[in-house]
This record gives sequence, structure tokens and C-alpha cells, in this order.
Amino acid sequence: MTLRMPRLPLALRRLLRDRIVAVALLVLLAVALLAIGAPLFASADPNDTAVLERLRPPSAEHLLGTDELGRDLYARIVHGARYSLAIAALTALGAVLFGTLLGLVAGFFRRLDAPIMRVVDAMMAFPDILLAIALVAILGASLGNVVLALVLVYTPRVARVVRASTLVLRELLFIEAVRALGVRTSRILWRHVLPNLMSPILVQVSFIFAYAILAEAGLSFLGVGVPPEIPTWGTMVAGSQQYADRAFWVVLFPGVAIILTALSLQLVGDGVRDLLDPKLKKAV
Amino acid sequence: MLRFLASRLAGMLVVLAIVAVLVFVLTRAASGDPIAVLLGDQATAADIARVRVEYGLDKPLPVQFGYWLREVLQGNLGQSIFLQRPVTQALWERAEPTTLLSLMAVAIAALIGLPCGIASAVFRGRWIDSLFTGLAMLGASVPSFWLGLVLIQIFAVSLGWFPVSGYGAPDAPLAERLHALMLPAAVLGLLNSALIIRFTRASMLDVLGEDYVRTARSKGLGEGRVVLKHALRNALVPIVTVLGLTAALMIGGAVVTETVFGLPGVGSLVVNAVLRRDYPVIQGALLVIAAIYVLINFAIDLLYAVVDPRVKV
Repeated sequence: MTLRMPRLPLALRRLLRDRIVAVALLVLLAVALLAIGAPLFASADPNDTAVLERLRPPSAEHLLGTDELGRDLYARIVHGARYSLAIAALTALGAVLFGTLLGLVAGFFRRLDAPIMRVVDAMMAFPDILLAIALVAILGASLGNVVLALVLVYTPRVARVVRASTLVLRELLFIEAVRALGVRTSRILWRHVLPNLMSPILVQVSFIFAYAILAEAGLSFLGVGVPPEIPTWGTMVAGSQQYADRAFWVVLFPGVAIILTALSLQLVGDGVRDLLDPKLKKAV
Repeated sequence: MLRFLASRLAGMLVVLAIVAVLVFVLTRAASGDPIAVLLGDQATAADIARVRVEYGLDKPLPVQFGYWLREVLQGNLGQSIFLQRPVTQALWERAEPTTLLSLMAVAIAALIGLPCGIASAVFRGRWIDSLFTGLAMLGASVPSFWLGLVLIQIFAVSLGWFPVSGYGAPDAPLAERLHALMLPAAVLGLLNSALIIRFTRASMLDVLGEDYVRTARSKGLGEGRVVLKHALRNALVPIVTVLGLTAALMIGGAVVTETVFGLPGVGSLVVNAVLRRDYPVIQGALLVIAAIYVLINFAIDLLYAVVDPRVKV
């Protein structure tokens, strides 16, 4: 029976053996479900203001209370998950795409290594959040530009990891073998190198996903990120922070949403790394 | 040794040059026509053209970059549009809180991170390891502004132990300044200790697996002595590197925390410049912050070669 099992479920089953990772995956699944089915799970309009209902504590009517404009916090967190997750997912996707490309080229072609990596070094000399702020300032504050800025910030990080792994792979016997067989370089990269980079790339996806959620929140908090009228977990805290002393929940709950999601992502990333590391080490 | 030094120096200069190009291109792409901004609405097209030639802005971009770089190398980062003073002066005025903050935060991160990381490595796979690595992961998941707001609520608003925000009066004594920096330093220290825990653990595990550690054990040394005297000494080299780079990254990277606590630091200087479109300040601050990081990185590289004979010279 195990023989017929396709590979992915097997890896997944092994991943789920770690109970903490299993819980983290469940949390992520729940968050993703809530985000996708936001109108189903939170019937209240996230932008519906009710002045008489402002800063209400959590109750049966408002599960997580209301904010300074009387908007339902639960509805805002659930709907905000859509934006926060979408921004982070696109960032992770973009950074991994460009970072993998750069790292692969730098690691495989000796001539291009130094030029690419010096630019990567230079970009990593800027603190993440500062570079993101500067880029958003230059591009203009919008949803798309926040994603673009964060992609530029995290691409060098991926490039470094992918390059390091490519350098190791390049020297392995099987690559030498396919080279000796006269396989085209593009095919070697696509068919033989890239599949072996999937584990470090997967780990990077989960970590950058988590960092991007935090970074977006930080940018929005500083007022240089997503426009404040769009409910993300970051803009929610940013908009309500001065009411924290009277109504702690306006700051507490969006923060908990951020922490829970980022923590789960990193736990899963760590689990994937633990799962795949022995193989990687053997290869080295 | 000399060849090693020369190649590292050359590498660093190349990175610095790329940093300068990046900063120049980025801010030039953003600021639009600086002359139109400078002269205001009443300027005619002829005025603008004349001043443009005066400032060399009619020249091709690489030539302009050359002009700019020459000024930068002479220590001139230009004038802030809003602060009515040179950018270097504005940066210098903001340097003290940021420097003190990053030193305090790194000290806190090390005080938490080193013992926890060592314990994690020594008791690998036991509950204490799970606890500390779990805490490290949690620390990497908490937004700094959120932790800042929570700590302010508890320790400043409710308990009144620390000021809610600010950096004391302009002529306040150092003790008062340090007191005001306690909470923000705690935020940064706690969050950064996550990285230090993980790094210390990994570094210690590496060293604990080495032959000389086994030798030390087999000659009958106590475990505490083996861990603290033999293993830790070697494990510390990379850890100190990370501590140094963490401190460097906090210059400018602590911008969110500085903003939460209303500290007049380098980070909040940049944010305010961004909000006011004060491009000379953005340009100068980015350049200086990245250059400091590159220089510290370079210094650590050299120290490595001095301290660790295994580094190929």
C-alpha cells in the first residue's frame, strides 16, 4: 500500500508526525479558510461604522469587540486576513521567483557569480524595513507597490540561499554525469538542479511569508504602507493604537492574528527543514 | 595576509560603490524635478532651465552621479529641505538615541540569547530545548510595534515605571535618557534574542560535536567546564559576529520601535523624511546607514581572520 502512495502525501504524513507542526498547519488552514470564505464566516460588514457602538468590549454580538468607529473587530480581522495574506503570499512568491533565478544563475555560472552577489550584498546592507520604506516612498503607497517593495527586499535573501545550495549541487557527480552526456545547460538547470533546490526554496517561502506579514504590518503602522482605508492586520493596529489604553482589544486581537499566523508559518517552515535536512546534509 | 586584506578591501569598496549607485538611482527616480521644487511655483521655464545648468542637472546621469559622489566623499550629503540644516548635521543629532538604543538592545538580546541558546544545545531534544527554541520562534513572530504598545500599556501607563514616550528633556542627564530607553531596548532586545538563541544553539551544537570536546570530556573534565571553557570559547566567534551585525542593522532598522516610543532617532528621521518627501535626508540617511553596515561587516571579517586561524588567509 505504501508503494502506491504518491510522494507528497508521504512527506506530508511524516511532517504531521511532529504534533506541533500539525497544529501549526491546522492553524494556517483555518486562517486560509477564514480569509477565503470571509463573507461567510463574518456576516458583519468590516467597514460598517456605528458611532454609538464604538470601542465596545468583546460580547456575544461583537465577538472581539468594536473599534473606535464602531466597526466589528472580528469581521475586520477575518476580512483583513484576505489582504494581509494576499500581500504576504504574493511577496513570498515574487521573492522566491526572482531570488531563485538570480541564485541559480549566480551559483551555476562562475562569471556571473561575483557581479550578482555584490549587488545582493549591497541590497542586504540596508535594514529590511528601511529599504521597504524607501522603496514605497519612491513607488508611491499602494497595495501593489507594497508588494513590489517587499519583493525587492526579500529577493536577495532567497538569492543567497539558492546560490549556496546550487554551488554544492554543481559539484555533485550526477550533475557532472549529465553534463558529460551533453545535456543542454538550460535542461540541466531545469530538470536536475532546480528539483533538488525545492526543499530550501520551500523553507524560504514559509519564512518570507511570515516576514512579509510582519513587514506589511510595520509599514502600515508607520503610515507608509497600504492605504489606511484597506483593512489589513497592520492598518487595524495603526488606526486604533491611540485607543489602546481604553480598549485594549483593538490592539490585542489584530496583533494576536499576526503572531499566530507568523508563528505557524515559521513552525511549518522549520518542520519542513528538519524533514529535508538529513537528505541535504548527506548530499554535502 | 596582505593579499587577503587587499581582496576583502576591494570587495568592500565594490559593495559600497553599488550601495551608492542604488541610493542615487532610487532617490533620483523618486524626487522628480528637484529644481522645480526648489524654485517654487513662480519660477518660469527659463529660470528653471538656467538653474538646472547651474546645478549641473543638464548633464547625463552618470556625470551627475560623479558630482554627487565627489561631494559625498568630502562629507557633504546636501541640505535637508525641511529641517533647514545639512543632512550630516541632522543625522549627527539623531545618532545618540539610536546608538544607545541599539547597544542596550544588543546587550539585552545577548543576556537572554546566550544562556538560552547554550542550554538548548546542551540539553538538545529535551523539554528545555523545545521551550527555548519555541520561544525563539515566538520572538520572531511578534511585530515590534505591537510588543511596544503592549509594554507601554503595562509598564508605562498602568505601572508608571517608565515614560510613555520620548527621550527626556533636551538637557536631561544620561541616567534619565537611559531610563527612557529601557522599554524600547527591551522590545528590540526581546525580539532580537530570538535570532541569538537560534544562532547560539546552532553554533554550540557544531562545536560540541568536535573531537577536542570529546577529548576534554574523556580526560575527565566536568561537563560545566567542558561546555563553558572549551566549547563556548570557540562557539562565541560566530555569535559575536551576529551580535555585531544585529547592532548595525538596528541603526535605521529600529525605525518602528523608535516611532512607537517617540524617540528622536535615525529611524524616525527617515520616516519623517519619507512622509515629507525630504529626499536629501532619505538619500543621505540610506547611504550612511548602509555604509556603516558594510564597514562593520568588513571589520568583523578582518577580526575573523585574526581570531580564527582556520580562516584561509
